[in-house]
Amino acid sequence: MIEHVVLRVIAKLLAPFIVLFALYVQFHGDFGPGGGFQAGVIFASAFILYALIYGVENARQIAPPAVAQAAIGLGVLIYAGTGVASMLLGGKYLDYSLLAHDAGHGQHYGILIVEFGVGVTVAAVMITVFFTFAGRRGVLEAREDVATTEDDEDR
Amino acid sequence: MGEHLPILQVILPLIAAPVCLLVRHAATCWLIATLVSWFCLAIAILLLLQVLDGGAIRYQLGNWVAPWGIEYVVDRLNGFILVIVAAIGAVVAPYALRSVESELPERQIGLFYVMYLLCLAGLLGITITGDAFNVFVFLEISSLSSYALISMGRHRKALHAAYQYLVMGTIGATFFLIGVGLLYMMTGTLNMADLAEQLKPLAGSRIVHAAFGFIVVGMGLKLAVFPLHLWLPNAYAHAPSAVSVFLAGTATKVSLYVVLRFIFTVFGFEFSFVGQPLGPALLVLAVAGIVVCSLVAIYQDNVKRLLAWSSVAQIGYMLLGLSFATTLGLQAGLLHIFNHAIIKAGLFLAMGCVFLRLGSCRLDAIAGVGRQMPWTMMGFLLCGLSLIGVPPTAGFVSKWYLVLAALEKGWWPVAALIVLTSLLAVVYVWKVVEAAWFRDPPGTAGRIGEAPLVMLVPLWIAVGANLWFGLETSGNVDVAKAAAAALMGAVQ
Amino acid sequence: MWESFLGLYNYWIVILLMMAGFYIVMSRHNLVKKLIGLNIFQSSVFLFYISVGKVADGTAPIIEKGIFSYSNPLPHVLILTAIVVGVATTSLGLALVVRLKEAYGTIEEDEINEMDAAD
Repeated sequence: MIEHVVLRVIAKLLAPFIVLFALYVQFHGDFGPGGGFQAGVIFASAFILYALIYGVENARQIAPPAVAQAAIGLGVLIYAGTGVASMLLGGKYLDYSLLAHDAGHGQHYGILIVEFGVGVTVAAVMITVFFTFAGRRGVLEAREDVATTEDDEDR
Repeated sequence: MGEHLPILQVILPLIAAPVCLLVRHAATCWLIATLVSWFCLAIAILLLLQVLDGGAIRYQLGNWVAPWGIEYVVDRLNGFILVIVAAIGAVVAPYALRSVESELPERQIGLFYVMYLLCLAGLLGITITGDAFNVFVFLEISSLSSYALISMGRHRKALHAAYQYLVMGTIGATFFLIGVGLLYMMTGTLNMADLAEQLKPLAGSRIVHAAFGFIVVGMGLKLAVFPLHLWLPNAYAHAPSAVSVFLAGTATKVSLYVVLRFIFTVFGFEFSFVGQPLGPALLVLAVAGIVVCSLVAIYQDNVKRLLAWSSVAQIGYMLLGLSFATTLGLQAGLLHIFNHAIIKAGLFLAMGCVFLRLGSCRLDAIAGVGRQMPWTMMGFLLCGLSLIGVPPTAGFVSKWYLVLAALEKGWWPVAALIVLTSLLAVVYVWKVVEAAWFRDPPGTAGRIGEAPLVMLVPLWIAVGANLWFGLETSGNVDVAKAAAAALMGAVQ
Repeated sequence: MWESFLGLYNYWIVILLMMAGFYIVMSRHNLVKKLIGLNIFQSSVFLFYISVGKVADGTAPIIEKGIFSYSNPLPHVLILTAIVVGVATTSLGLALVVRLKEAYGTIEEDEINEMDAAD
């Protein structure tokens, strides 16, 4: 759809605001409605919009699949790492109260870091899912090993 | 570190999975997966020993107090199941190295271990959690990863099997979710212990009955209870060998645990067995499942599919023990969960070895393989004897207790049926043995060697377990007895 | 009679959606349609949880001056998780459908069954 000027310009204008809104939803999640899940999806939608207008190949240069896939694991590790950190500080798993000098601040930091991990993973998963579907060529590349005849029984 | 064991049980594989995703290197991922599986087994055994010594262990996540926060509870029942799941994992992980290498394309091997670790984390999580909604979350973690694992099978039918399992599994999980939602609506709590308290005065409520129905039917789908089992044979038959072993040994057992947990701990014995005809209903389904699926198994010509049908039949034996609604029956059912896990794991492990060398598990393809792979097929034979219930194997012990439980109830036709259906198992195990030893190999086949040691050792660990638990029964029988008594005692 | 019938309208909507979704899963042979049915089925459960969490006259559960009655936020959180699970299920299901299409050349289940039986 790269030939449509209106779409191209609007997509380019809109993308930074979508990302900004995602960050707002992400980091405002401990005060108001928001959080990692929603923010991650909004964040990814900016990339998906870009990919729809400018093509998957161009979008892949901004968010290389290898980076996106690494981010999936990284987000989960941030989440789990927070839990382990609180365990090492002598509390229960995911006991945020110990992460700062007092319980209130600790809870605050804890939820912020955990939601950040969630956001990273959700955004990366959404981008990866979209790229995987959109970038598929429709042939059995690298799966020549799929057997079509072998064994069978009833049915 | 001792107090953190319950959470480490789950987060160890859960953290290892993304680490494997970042590493992606096949051999490194395998090493991580194997080490983590062994650590999980060590933790599970430590937990079980702790529980047997003292009482239940409770662990509050994030230090939120129980009815509000999520808590992990280990008691005798789920301590026992945790050991089963972790033990199967610990046997499968080293075995997977060669098996997966030969069945999966190079670039998928790293991802295979990611999925395996997630599945392990999910199954352990379902077992250990004391929160009804948390069960759903872990259920979906383990289910989604097992759909992906099954779809990695070599044949295109694996894709179709995975799709069918996905649809059925999601319906099952959603039914469970509806049930939990109805319970939450009535009580305002999700903690299992708290739910049990809150539900006592509500036993007459129709909504609670509906919730009971949704939860039992939903988990029945995941458990492959007789008429809801249609996804299972294809899924086990076409999955990669290591996945068949792992799922056959763990997935249905964990679902059965959830059913037990809800029937006894959450709803209570009175509500489930006295308030409604759960016992007779389970009895009918169990008997029908045992007879029909054993007969179907006889007519299979693919050994993996034969074993899968036999799995559905064996689930019938476990439910049969449950349907007696006595401590002895429950003990027999629990014992059969354990014994069936090691029996089926052993049988599928042997078939994985055969598949590695022959590339097929069809009966005509394995003709004469007994002479070329004597250790593998000897292992298969011993596990097969255990499946039939020949003394001195583990299978004999659980069938013995099942018969005792039936006789205790005075249901001698059921006891006779247990013995008679074992003869059906003789028929289908014999079919494989006959093909492997008494038929000549197909003329075209060249000389094939014995399976590699890294696969034979896990197989013979399973075989050894079958013999050990057939002779030295005090350990697992006592644990099953304690767990059954705790379940029955908790409600009367 | 009518009041109790209409007063429970949220449950009627849920039941209607649930049965519609379930029917689609059971009766359609097109793999994508089955997944859509599955989605409708799951969505009905999401609606069920959310409507149960509603407290009469309650607002969104955000602490503000002068507001004392909030909806129960817990079902919302639970359903957020369930929605994510639903997304994962759908994308995995669709990925399987793509692969099935490549392997069999069709997404009609009866045709796939025929091919399965043939080889």
